[in-house]
Amino acid sequence: MAKMKALVCRECGKEYPTKAIHVCEMCFGPLEVKYNYEEIKKGISRKKIQDGPHSIWRYADLLPVEGPTFLGPHAGMTPLVRAKNLGAYLGLDELYIKNDTVNHPTLSFKDRVVAIAITRARELGFETIACASTGNLANSVAAHAAAAGMRAYVFIPGDLEAAKVLGNLIYKPNVVEVEGNYDDVNRLCSEIAGEHAWAFVNINIRPYYAEGSKTLAFETVEQLGWRTPDQVVIPMASGSLLTKIWKGLHEMKALGLVDDVRTKINGAQAEGCSPISTAFKAGRDFFKPVKPKTIAKSLAIGNPADGYYALKATAESKGAMDMVSDEEVVEGIKLLAQTEGIFAETAGGVTIGVLQKLVKQGTIKKSDVTVAYITGNGLKTQEAVTDAIGRPHRIQPSLVSFEQTFKIGKHGGGDV
Amino acid sequence: MPNMKVHIRFPEDKIKEPVIYQIGHEFKVVTNVRRADVRETTGWMDLELTGESTEIDRAIAGLRKKGVIVDPIELNVVE
Repeated sequence: MAKMKALVCRECGKEYPTKAIHVCEMCFGPLEVKYNYEEIKKGISRKKIQDGPHSIWRYADLLPVEGPTFLGPHAGMTPLVRAKNLGAYLGLDELYIKNDTVNHPTLSFKDRVVAIAITRARELGFETIACASTGNLANSVAAHAAAAGMRAYVFIPGDLEAAKVLGNLIYKPNVVEVEGNYDDVNRLCSEIAGEHAWAFVNINIRPYYAEGSKTLAFETVEQLGWRTPDQVVIPMASGSLLTKIWKGLHEMKALGLVDDVRTKINGAQAEGCSPISTAFKAGRDFFKPVKPKTIAKSLAIGNPADGYYALKATAESKGAMDMVSDEEVVEGIKLLAQTEGIFAETAGGVTIGVLQKLVKQGTIKKSDVTVAYITGNGLKTQEAVTDAIGRPHRIQPSLVSFEQTFKIGKHGGGDV
Repeated sequence: MPNMKVHIRFPEDKIKEPVIYQIGHEFKVVTNVRRADVRETTGWMDLELTGESTEIDRAIAGLRKKGVIVDPIELNVVE
């Protein structure tokens, strides 16, 4: 029997075949993949996973693809870094950074979800892959499509920064710059997805695409020596990443790969776009959409599709949510870079900023095994830190000038 | 017959207004509420509009004119 049973509505439970559909015809709720766990359990083991490829595909038994051909063969299995310096600074005994700044091929966690989306799209017979994006997702879709030899359409708002447009054009997809704002692109893409037989990774392929985020949970557990962490801190845009990490942890328990899940799930947003964290802090089970205004643009989703489910997962796990200012985002980026040598994009600054807050509040305790998810590379958002990191030391081309600047004597020296 | 699925939100001052009834009367569209949560100060509905394409467009413009926020059923799809 196949490992995928059906697509199932998260609201009313109605089941559908595993095709390119994403909305329940009955209640308009979102669809997600329902697995045949009894069947999967018969074939999965820690050893089988460890013997698999060094990528997300070692967890293929728990991913919504039929196989055996996988596109995006190198995504995932990024380092879980024991962050001793940052841990000591924050007062945590056992802190880890799940470092997706080095994901393959486009240096963000989107490589995980896109590898799955494009594999599934090919299995469903699509020749064209598309997405609506302002950054990381577009990069990943364009790169994967190039490698897979598929036609790609990437829709971006007309006012996107030049560097981000370039990052897409290099792979030669059809980059469609829509004359209009974010909402115009949003509406147009929903309409196009309804009219054309394309695989829109974050629209009609979303039930499969979103499952890719579970691999962050699987890898964390395996890299911790088949332990679940006590606390995780996850950046939130649509809220999908958080809900899927929660789902992934519980799948591992259901399949006997870990004994128990006591992990507290903590969500992080930037103050300028914090509909989910604001609702959580107010004790509400619903969020109020906002107009985003933050430097953390990869998290700037004002009307998050999975906001409700993220609130639910965090509450169930007895976790917390918080938000940080743009200044704190920049400080978070600098702190991670200067303690662990990891240069994160703005979303990483949000995660580190909120981690710091949760430790100060006592929500995360000294002895808690804690994992912070860093989802994208700082080289993609350099403009966010340009004015906050100082300038090089300018000296004359002479030894004297060098030694005077750095106050270096014959037997040692110091930083300026 | 064309139809469109939309997610609409009511600002607090529009909660008491019979907006769906009005849209059904002012434009040649069939309105069908499939999921909703309307409370004292906030409210949303997942709504299906069926009719000629031009009438659906006019109905959506009409909703917006009344101060209702209209989004695609998928909410934000730009990531």
